[in-house]
Amino acid sequence: MRHIISILLENEAGALSRVSGLFSARGYNIESLTVAPTEDPTLSRMTLVTRGDENIIEQIKKQLNKLIDVVKLVDLSEGPHIERELMMIKVRAEGAMREEIKRLSDIFRGSIIDVTANSFTIEMTGDGNKLDAFIAALEGDTIIETVRSGPLGIARGGRRLTLTT
Amino acid sequence: MELTGAEIVVQALKDEGVEYVWGYPGGAVLHIYDAIFKQNDVRHILVRHEQAAAHAADGYARATGKPGVVLVTSGPGATNAVTGIATAFMDSIPMVVLTGQVPTPVIGSDAFQEVDTVGITRPCVKHNFLVKRVEDIAETIKKAFYIATTGRPGPVVVDIPKDVTDPNVRIPYEYPQKIEMRSYNPVERGHLGQIRKAVDLMMAAERPVVYTGGGVVLGDGSAELTELVRRLNFPITQTLMGLGAYPATDRQFLGMLGMHGTYEANMAMHEADVLIAIGARFDDRVTGKIASFCPNARIIHIDVDPASISKTVRVDVPIVGQVKSVLADMLRLIDELSCEPNAEALARWWARIGAWRDVECLAYDHSDEVIKPQFAIETLYKVTRDRDFYLTSDVGQHQMFAAQFYPFDKPRRWINSGGLGTMGFGVPSAMGVKQAFPEADVGVVTGEASVQMCIQELATCSQYNLPLKIFLLNNGYMGMVRQWQEFFYDGRYSHSYVDALPDFCKLAESYGHVGMRIEKPADLEDAYREAFGMKDRLVFLDVVIDPEENVYPMIEAGKGHHEMHMSPHLSSERELA
Repeated sequence: MRHIISILLENEAGALSRVSGLFSARGYNIESLTVAPTEDPTLSRMTLVTRGDENIIEQIKKQLNKLIDVVKLVDLSEGPHIERELMMIKVRAEGAMREEIKRLSDIFRGSIIDVTANSFTIEMTGDGNKLDAFIAALEGDTIIETVRSGPLGIARGGRRLTLTT
Repeated sequence: MELTGAEIVVQALKDEGVEYVWGYPGGAVLHIYDAIFKQNDVRHILVRHEQAAAHAADGYARATGKPGVVLVTSGPGATNAVTGIATAFMDSIPMVVLTGQVPTPVIGSDAFQEVDTVGITRPCVKHNFLVKRVEDIAETIKKAFYIATTGRPGPVVVDIPKDVTDPNVRIPYEYPQKIEMRSYNPVERGHLGQIRKAVDLMMAAERPVVYTGGGVVLGDGSAELTELVRRLNFPITQTLMGLGAYPATDRQFLGMLGMHGTYEANMAMHEADVLIAIGARFDDRVTGKIASFCPNARIIHIDVDPASISKTVRVDVPIVGQVKSVLADMLRLIDELSCEPNAEALARWWARIGAWRDVECLAYDHSDEVIKPQFAIETLYKVTRDRDFYLTSDVGQHQMFAAQFYPFDKPRRWINSGGLGTMGFGVPSAMGVKQAFPEADVGVVTGEASVQMCIQELATCSQYNLPLKIFLLNNGYMGMVRQWQEFFYDGRYSHSYVDALPDFCKLAESYGHVGMRIEKPADLEDAYREAFGMKDRLVFLDVVIDPEENVYPMIEAGKGHHEMHMSPHLSSERELA
């Protein structure tokens, strides 16, 4: 089962390596991991996507909680939540293809953020499936380069992951 | 009070009530050593290798319950200590390790004696810190002690760059009285609803077994455990780390369980209908094959570490809390409800256990010619049972023989490396125990392979007058390796013969100690008594034992509790029910 875990951790040097070290030492897999400071500069928020059966996910959460730098965590997959991922993709765009790619990008609500005589760079957000679908819609040799952030997640409604809850 | 960083380090240790620091100086900690030189409150013990510093502090912590403290330099000082840190981590021993680091401006430049200590130790510490400013030293040390000693204890490393202890920089010093960390709130009390569920299950049990581990020793829960087990008349078995938390000479004690556990303990586990696991972590040496582990039991698990619960074995009633307080709550609840266990079922259960006991799984062939290791330990018990005695151990067959044949009646008396299985642990850990309890007798049971891994500490014992009694069970082999090679590799003893042994008596004498070599069973007891008679001398007893004795019973890795190899001494009963 795929799980998306949100973690509040102390914004300290080495905190990230404690988390990634835990995963490699215990043989858990990390599908993606993204981290940045929050509005409170002493805290970072990490979004981590992993896979495993129920027992493994339970151990992952317990082991993460055991890390001294981890303040709090929530398994977003346990409730309704929103996921978004940012992609920037550089594609070949020459001649008639330029219009075609622009149209395709519009359909996926992408925006072109850089242009050269023979390429576009497109910014796109969405869940992972949507980004995958856009990549699939492009012809294979069109893509020059892609960079993806990995998913970010937040719970729907009143549920929140903050110090005070 | 204005102090330098180095003085703050030493003053903070004083304020923590630290009596001893085990360490070894070097470039990056010279300022701290200078501050140590100028005071007499914190006593520094100079070891001969940093691994031994960590083991000595560890032994001190295991025997006293107080955190052990280590001070080593950067680079090789820190890496040499890693084995000792990992040893303490695996057995959840409270320890604070101060490591020197190269000055902050050159960190990351591959400077002389630089290693990434925080990176190297990260997977084998409870937590670690790199102190970057002199202003942070006091609070960091306070946090280190707090983290090391609370919750599930463990080692904490504090890495201190040399410039942070600069003798030319003085700042006002104040040691924090209390520390609070938003990200670290160890649990104390267990959930009463869960405890109630556990009590209900225990009262309904027909074939209960209490299985306890090192957590009861570390959590000082021995008195509560003993009261509970006696009141309920339940059978109890313990892990290697748990020995002593319940008196081993008591009739309710079934002996150790697991790979080299007793027949009765392992069979009781296999047949149990309710298992009460307390401060134990379902280690693979205990459980054997998970799929065959306690196949009929509902499992209650009391542990301070939530991550220990349902890690390898799913449990039915988890209780997270300090074992001492949970057991106290449990006793109170049993009083309040005035409930009784099922006496009739227990009588039947004890009758079955009695039949397993009659197998006498630890019986061995006595000999008048050659000293059996079992006899060497039994004799040690005979000689020390009425003394104030601590026994540390190295790792291997001698460790298992000691665990099987020395009945420990009190906690913190049996000190050994259970989780990591670190050869070389015995002598230095005993130094820490002796330092803590100078009036007590401290013995080391070791093998000729293990003892050579920290043999240099005989010099430390000499310098600080630590009159240990070292019982070397000398069979000329890495006995446990040889045993596995006999069983599983058709007797191909690949590199398990310990050739070119020194003359241990002469070696001990060269360090200023007494050496004794004992070859005949008849001489053993007198030799032991003579050794203990030399109160102020370290006595190194080279006890020549049967070279091919094996540890029985034995469960092969990956087999269930009911699949024990029994001693050939019991050959007619090899296929036991």
